[in-house]
Amino acid sequence: MGSQPRRVCVTLESRLESMDLGEEIARCVAGTAAFDEDEQHRISMAVRECVINAFKHGNCSDVRKKIEVDFTLLADRLVVAVRDEGKGFSLNQLPDPLADERLLATSGRGIFLMRCFMDDLRVVSGPDGGTVVTMTKRLPSNHKPTAAAETTKERQP
Amino acid sequence: MSLKISKRDVGGVTVLDLNGRLTLGDASAQLRETLRGLATQGGPKIILNMGQVVYIDSSGLGELVSGFTTVKNQGGQLKLANLTQKVTDLLTITKLYTVFEIHNDEGAAVQSFS
Repeated sequence: MGSQPRRVCVTLESRLESMDLGEEIARCVAGTAAFDEDEQHRISMAVRECVINAFKHGNCSDVRKKIEVDFTLLADRLVVAVRDEGKGFSLNQLPDPLADERLLATSGRGIFLMRCFMDDLRVVSGPDGGTVVTMTKRLPSNHKPTAAAETTKERQP
Repeated sequence: MSLKISKRDVGGVTVLDLNGRLTLGDASAQLRETLRGLATQGGPKIILNMGQVVYIDSSGLGELVSGFTTVKNQGGQLKLANLTQKVTDLLTITKLYTVFEIHNDEGAAVQSFS
């Protein structure tokens, strides 16, 4: 069994178009990892929501700031880390979007959706700024990893 | 794929056919402006035909809620029809299924206004 992790790292600009790009790359990576179509949809949506958060709340739509998305495919799971240049946040401080008084809120569902669609979600804010949201999804039981290990570094034009 | 919105009148009910992706950016803004325009006409009866909506993100969900509130505050009603399974799942896990009046098809939605 090939146990070498495979990685795809993408640097996105803080622009609206990056949301679609991050989502599409996530869908491709999830497909490579043998997730079925429904799971590909959930994973790509979680990544899209994470990139939206990084864009809107982390980088405050500042085009000078970047969003790094790092996909690592391990033998048993897919790990996605999204890094922004913002001040960070605490999961404990986020209101519950399912609370009756929040049902008519027009925002605040992004992190909730990420948690629904992925198996694990963690947030770490660096001492010098920047926040990394790391999401994990266990691979389907029928996944057979390929032997070839590769590392790809891409940069958005 | 962006969002296309077509407007029809069916027996005094405004049906908006949505086609495409309801996501952060132009699509959400387009729906917001359309619903605000209809709301100013006073007490509108609106059905969003969601049969061709292939994707909604959290911003799109927020825009649906915003439109619902805007129309309601003007004495109108906004109902949803023809949801795809993915959109149904999304409204279910976010409990928005309990906020919106949802119908399986347009005919049932139109009839519900009478």
